[in-house]
Amino acid sequence: MQVMTDLFARIFGDGLSPLGLLVAGGLTMALIMALVMALCAIVFTWAERKVAGFIQSRYGPMRVGRWHGVLQPVADMVKILGKEDIVPQDADKPLFLLAPFVIFVGSLMAWAAIPFAPGFIAADLDLGLFYIFAVSSAATIGILMAGWASNNKWSLYGAARGAAQAVSYEIPLALACIPVVMITGSLNMNDIVIAQQGGIWRWHFLHDPFLFVAFLLYFVASIAEVNRGPFDLPETESELVAGYHTEYTGMRFAFFFLAEYANLFLVSCIATAVFLGGWQPLFGPVFLPGLVFVIKAVLLVLLQMWLRWTLPRLRVDQLMHVCWKVMVPLALVCVLGAGIWMLATGQAG
Amino acid sequence: MSGDLVFYGFALLTVLSGFFVVASRNVVHAAFSLLFTLFGVAGLYAQLGADFLAVTQTVVYIGGILVLVIFAVMMTRIPRSDAPRRGLDRAVPAAILSLLAFALIYMVIVGTRWPERATGAPEATVAEIGTGLMTTFVFPFEYASLVLLAAMVGAAILIRERAPADVADDAAGDGEVRS
Repeated sequence: MQVMTDLFARIFGDGLSPLGLLVAGGLTMALIMALVMALCAIVFTWAERKVAGFIQSRYGPMRVGRWHGVLQPVADMVKILGKEDIVPQDADKPLFLLAPFVIFVGSLMAWAAIPFAPGFIAADLDLGLFYIFAVSSAATIGILMAGWASNNKWSLYGAARGAAQAVSYEIPLALACIPVVMITGSLNMNDIVIAQQGGIWRWHFLHDPFLFVAFLLYFVASIAEVNRGPFDLPETESELVAGYHTEYTGMRFAFFFLAEYANLFLVSCIATAVFLGGWQPLFGPVFLPGLVFVIKAVLLVLLQMWLRWTLPRLRVDQLMHVCWKVMVPLALVCVLGAGIWMLATGQAG
Repeated sequence: MSGDLVFYGFALLTVLSGFFVVASRNVVHAAFSLLFTLFGVAGLYAQLGADFLAVTQTVVYIGGILVLVIFAVMMTRIPRSDAPRRGLDRAVPAAILSLLAFALIYMVIVGTRWPERATGAPEATVAEIGTGLMTTFVFPFEYASLVLLAAMVGAAILIRERAPADVADDAAGDGEVRS
């Protein structure tokens, strides 16, 4: 946000009060983040269909746009904007209308603390990482709201599964990040990235064996957290139609879609900043930091798509078993091990 | 001035949604309305410079407790009747209890000697809280975790599936009755 307030200060000179600068800077950053979310949905829907096509030995979208159906998402968007906004007769109208926005806002708030480049962060919070986990947990409420308000058994099942899964996998997700916080001594996302300066061997996931395991745990938990295959039980097409957004159409459905792909990119951005060195390049001095950051995050997204289209779905009991009996204990071992490692190598302050 | 505006915004959100929680006839609407109440309170904490408390409030109350409350409420049947039970026998005790609770809170607010704090940009509080929890307040901290552990063990015992041996005994017993 500093970037934006500085920019506005330069444009308007003394014409804007500090409060005006703050509001203008904040609104601009929020708008940029919302555009990033929209861009995520546009790029990743196309990428997902192409990846799925590649894995299933077919082409995927080929017709719209000259080259490999690149304009397909635009066509989809126009179509979805033109659709009727249907509210089922027996739905709980106020909650049904509100739910997509609760999910969207929960996602948008989390974007505020992602450090894309030095200085380019909407809100440089001291509690950055903790804040991200906190506000993204609000999306669970939106899922429950959508599922319950739809008055549809599939929606309700999907919502119950989604909420149970999100609440469970939040724990290994956050625990896996604790060793990094211990090493950095800060929850500030900027500080965490700056601590990884100096080439790939300084990135946190190669800091010690426990951190490597913690990174893997984070990655698996993040797939579950965004409800994607092989953990897509809340949306299982074969049993629940589409899960908690079964009854939604048009623009409101688009908001769910937007939040889903934005969350996919969000968890990859967090992984990039916390474990993979953020905007720091593989070696050498920092150059094009924003691009480096986005490339790393996009590669993680592609990895998630690869897993989605390759692995079969888990059963509900397996899902809970993996979380509570495997990942949570392992994450605790990582926290303990990273602490001992720090003591043994004399890094503890 | 800007601080005042932010305060009134969050206070209005908290009070209005809190009133809706109490006044709503639909128990699920009341539960979802708590989202805005809790969020408003978190905003007030943040405005007071207690950023750690604000984020913790969000994690614990919105991400955890509210989800549980909504889960529990969703599983209950909503009474569809338009005539809720009313009457003096319900209103009078409720009014007396509310007044007593208000009096208690008011006495605490007036009786407490609030520490004066310089206004300005809040400093980082998380490191201080961490140090405090691990040194001065380590005993209360560990005691709280012990209470939580006991609650967890209790919950696990309550929902535990019966041991295979017990189930086998029961099955054998059933078989005897049938034959």
